[in-house]
This record gives sequence, C-alpha cells and structure tokens, in this order.
Amino acid sequence: MLVIGRDVIDAIIEHARRDHPWEACGIVAGAIGSDRPDRWIPMDNVEQSTTFYRFDPTEQLRVWRELDDRDEEPIVIYHSHTETEAVPSRTDVAIAGYPDAHYLLVTTRDQDKDEFRSFRIRPVAEGAREKAVDEEPVRVIDASVDPAAVTTYMFGQVQTNVDYECPA
Amino acid sequence: MAIEVRIPTILRSHTGGAKAVEGRGDTIADLLADLDSRHAGLRARLVTDEGALHRFVNVYINDEDVRFLGALDAKLNDGDTVTILPAVAGGALAFAAAAALAGNR
Repeated sequence: MLVIGRDVIDAIIEHARRDHPWEACGIVAGAIGSDRPDRWIPMDNVEQSTTFYRFDPTEQLRVWRELDDRDEEPIVIYHSHTETEAVPSRTDVAIAGYPDAHYLLVTTRDQDKDEFRSFRIRPVAEGAREKAVDEEPVRVIDASVDPAAVTTYMFGQVQTNVDYECPA
Repeated sequence: MAIEVRIPTILRSHTGGAKAVEGRGDTIADLLADLDSRHAGLRARLVTDEGALHRFVNVYINDEDVRFLGALDAKLNDGDTVTILPAVAGGALAFAAAAALAGNR
C-alpha cells in the first residue's frame, strides 16, 4: 500500500495538469526505510513529449546526491499519462529501475476527474531482468489533521502556486 | 589505479549486495571489463550487444555524465568515483519504444 499525504498528492496532480499535454514527472522523497513520501520534488521532463518522459541525467545525479546527504530515498516515482489510463505501459515497466519505489501514475485524460494509481515494479527474482507489476491501494492521509506530518519541497521547475488548505 | 564504483540497488545482485565496489581501468570500457571479471553479469546490464552504453543507464565520473566525456571511451583518473544510476524514464508510448528496448537488451 502507498500511504501519501493529501497535499503531496494534490501537488502531483496539479503538476500533471500544469504540464498537460506533456507528461509530467518527479519523485517524492522520504527517510530511507520509512516508506513515507514526505518531500515532493517535481523534475523536468527533458523529453518534453506527450508520450514519453525522462529525467535529465545531470539533474537526476544532483537530486540523488541530495537524497544521499539527507539519508533519503525516492519513495515515490511518479509520472503522468495524458491520454491513456494511469497504468504502467510496457515502456514504463521495461525501464523501471527502482524496485523499492512506489510507481505512481496520474492520468490527465479527463479534465474533471482526478485519477491516480500506484504500482510496484520489481524483478521477478533477484537479478532477473523480467519484472512483475503489482497494483497497490493508495491511502491518502489528510495533512490538516497533523500539519507537521507531511512537508513539501520544490526543486527544478519552480512554480509556487500550490494551494494549501489553511485551517483558520 | 583505484576507482570507486557506486552500484544502484537493482544491480547489487551482481556484487553480492555491495553498494560500492572497486575497479581499475583507464576508460569506462576498461573499468567495466575489470568489474565483470569479479562481478559476473554486471557489464551485460550496462553495455548492449552492439558495444554501446545502454540507453537507460546513466554513468557518471564524479559529477559528469559520461555521455559528455566520450561514453565508454571516457577517461578515468586515479581517485575518480564512478556512479551508476538507472535512468528514470518511460511513458505511454508502448510499441516503438519497447521495440527499441528489446534491441538494446
């Protein structure tokens, strides 16, 4: 199961809608081993495509080094599909290289409906190249219950128009 | 000439779980051949049958992507750190890209 804060998922969906019709992509980092995606990091899609995404390799190294410095790892790796369902394609599965991450798919094919689904994409056995895809439920937790529970962070594309529900 | 090589999780089955190993070589190509002699199968995950760096693996010498330094011909100096990171990529387009990947395996 993927447990993720409401403000993080909202930031991801807004990122996907903002970049539509290009695919949007990014990660959510969290403390190593915690399985808690706390820190939202949108990444540039260097392909700038409606059907393909790729992290810029130099930017990826910078982010991964930062994760290392902070004892974090990519808990969630997300990207959007702009016309198809929120399910990993054969390409997504073939390239997926982070067996410990939750692969979160968002689709922006419908303007009025938010659709996101989460998957694990892992080698079928240790060292195998063939991968298994397993969908998992997503539990969205409400950050307004505990405002300190989930934090967000912006990197790379710096659009700062994320809406937070501010309790009075 | 000792080069530290950082190994991503998905390739650690080839290094007995180690997240860093040591190798030697004047170029990335030499280094990968050297590593493969002790960590069987590692090179095959990084280099295609045609002898090119796999499209969706990123290799860095210190802070630089080796694709800017000559890829497999990139030169190494004593004390360099080589980092291997699987690319993060994908997308809705299935067939053409997947076919290209099948050619790259």
